[in-house]
Amino acid sequence: MGVWAIALHGGAGMIAKEKMTADWKKRTEAALNEILDVGIAALRNSLPAVEAVELVVRALEDNTLFNAGKGSVLTNKGTVEMEASIMDGRSKNCGAVSGISTVVHPVSLARLVMDNSPHVYLAFDGAEEFARQQGVETVDTNTFITEENREKLENAKKTNSVELDFSEHAPDDLNSGDNEDTRTNGNGAAHAGYNPGQREIANEKTNDHPDRFAIKKKCALHQVFKAEFETVGCTAVDVWGNCAAATSTGGLVNKMSGRIGDTPIVGAGTYANHLCAVSGTGRGEEFIKHTVAKEVAAIMEYKELPLGKAVYKVIHEKLPENMGGLVAVSTSGEVAMAFNTPSMFRASAQEGGERMIGIW
Amino acid sequence: MGAWAVAFHGGAGMIAKEKMTADWKKRTEVALYEILAIGIAALKNNLTAVEAVELVVRALEENTLFNAGKGSVLTNQGTVEMEASIMDGRTKDCGAVSGLSTVVHPVSLARLVMDNSPHVYLAFNGAEEFARQQGVEMADTETFITEENRQKLEMAKKTNSIELDLCDYTPGLINSRGDKFSCNNENGIVHPDHEPVVHREHEYAKTNGRFDCGHVHRKKGALYQACKAEFETVGCTAVDSFGNCAAATSTGGLVNKMSGRIGDTPIIGAGTYANHLCGVSGTGRGEEFIKHTVAKEVAAIMEYKDLPLGKAVYKVVHEKLPENMGGLVAVSASGEVAMAFNTPSMFRASAQEGGDRMIGIW
Repeated sequence: MGVWAIALHGGAGMIAKEKMTADWKKRTEAALNEILDVGIAALRNSLPAVEAVELVVRALEDNTLFNAGKGSVLTNKGTVEMEASIMDGRSKNCGAVSGISTVVHPVSLARLVMDNSPHVYLAFDGAEEFARQQGVETVDTNTFITEENREKLENAKKTNSVELDFSEHAPDDLNSGDNEDTRTNGNGAAHAGYNPGQREIANEKTNDHPDRFAIKKKCALHQVFKAEFETVGCTAVDVWGNCAAATSTGGLVNKMSGRIGDTPIVGAGTYANHLCAVSGTGRGEEFIKHTVAKEVAAIMEYKELPLGKAVYKVIHEKLPENMGGLVAVSTSGEVAMAFNTPSMFRASAQEGGERMIGIW
Repeated sequence: MGAWAVAFHGGAGMIAKEKMTADWKKRTEVALYEILAIGIAALKNNLTAVEAVELVVRALEENTLFNAGKGSVLTNQGTVEMEASIMDGRTKDCGAVSGLSTVVHPVSLARLVMDNSPHVYLAFNGAEEFARQQGVEMADTETFITEENRQKLEMAKKTNSIELDLCDYTPGLINSRGDKFSCNNENGIVHPDHEPVVHREHEYAKTNGRFDCGHVHRKKGALYQACKAEFETVGCTAVDSFGNCAAATSTGGLVNKMSGRIGDTPIIGAGTYANHLCGVSGTGRGEEFIKHTVAKEVAAIMEYKDLPLGKAVYKVVHEKLPENMGGLVAVSASGEVAMAFNTPSMFRASAQEGGDRMIGIW
């Protein structure tokens, strides 16, 4: 039998050390340790990786400290639209759901899509109906809406200058760095050094051809969203060397209703195969563009690099700065966690090795 | 300036040569040539790859011969839920939509998501609302429902014995080949040698040489057979005179799919992908394209194994994707074209600057 290992995250974000209250920090650390224990117990009892990651993500979904399940952030309509995915590296079978508003454990519904349906991805009404057919635990959608998240949504709406007026193209706003969209530092959740930058331009590969095309307005719009990524996820390798990954989230604060991020997208926020398992957290749009989770596995497989190097390359060389992080395990029992944001709630353990939890 | 190239598909499927009527074949060939001409004209006129692929896919969406836009296949509820995605290899910007029922050109809405929204993927009600805000062309949802597709749905429902009774687990059916789930041979569109694929986990999984963990075979095998294998998505890849690649894909999905089912078509990395090296658009059993991250796999093999486009495409379609599950078209930044499929048929066409143009079905 091989060695088991587990790595989980409660979200990458902009939390500054000096701004995190002692009470919040303590509750978070306690939660990370407790949830890590859930995963360790599962793997010690020889449960398969796919079951271990589901159990851990369920625990993260239950905890309102994290943006998934209860405690999910709200859409621009004040509603909850949760999404999740799970992947079994042994078979590459996977399941994903989006637009969930009444299901208590989106990750478990994703697993049922994988196991009990002919498809791998169900969304919105169709997913909710499948949930009822499957008899999963559902509650009134208001149960998921916390007061804290209502406030976050209000704050986000106030700082939105470009907001939803997509027909007005305002090129002058794109290049200005000190408009009112700049992150507010008053809520204690912004990193002191955070600077919304023109990252997209710096990171483009342009084939050296003359750029005659107008700079797109996305830069400015990216700044509009409060960078609190706080998705949750878990990766594990079991005693048989099989890897699995699962991710779950409420998405972005004030996102457009119907917006899908990287969390339910296999290859972007979640991926697992015979070599490794990956779960990401961050600006979903960037994870989709850069197929982050799959990139780690591809670098391992085709460049034959070890897990740690592959993870480093993807987070620090491919993903634009301040856009997120990920946790990963390899089939041989290694763990790698990396983030290019100020913080990422995380925890990990290896058989016969140390356990750790971290925030910065 | 580099050489432009375009390659597009009207869907991989199970169409047997001897079963395709002369009339159907002719209409299809004419359509492929006409739509190829659109792509060629765009690129000759120095439009960007992104613009070229959007124009080609719009033309494919309009043509009811193909399963996208008008002519989309129906969900198990008799409704239309269209999806599409587009990606600009120059910047990796992308846009995707799912669950559309009134938008005439899903690929164009995907492009608007890319250009005019802070997101890359919108679905269902939210996507339809964005469409209204953007003022795109919309039509009553009945407009997309053709008589032919109503019939396909009826037939699919008849051959579904396990259908939606997903709570009854019946392992005995998974391994038998002579069961009633076999593709219907009477409708003239099934390849005579077609055998329903029984998707056994151990055939496709790498298990590290360790013993099986004892899980029972999942029931997906039989359920796969229940979904008629007519993939017919549409898609286009192009590289423009600036050496920039782009890809776009559009579909109605699977006949009799569960409402809310999302396939590979709107999933970046699965059905669509483009970067500085290549553009890829896939067609097939979406679930498999998602599992195997097909479109991204082509690009990853090119980038990390330094293999040329053709080899990367071959590896993915013939060594990674399970048999009879689909195909793809691709172009590279240097103007190469590669198209491959592991099904009996794939409607396709391609052209290169200063080179030949071709169309194909088998």
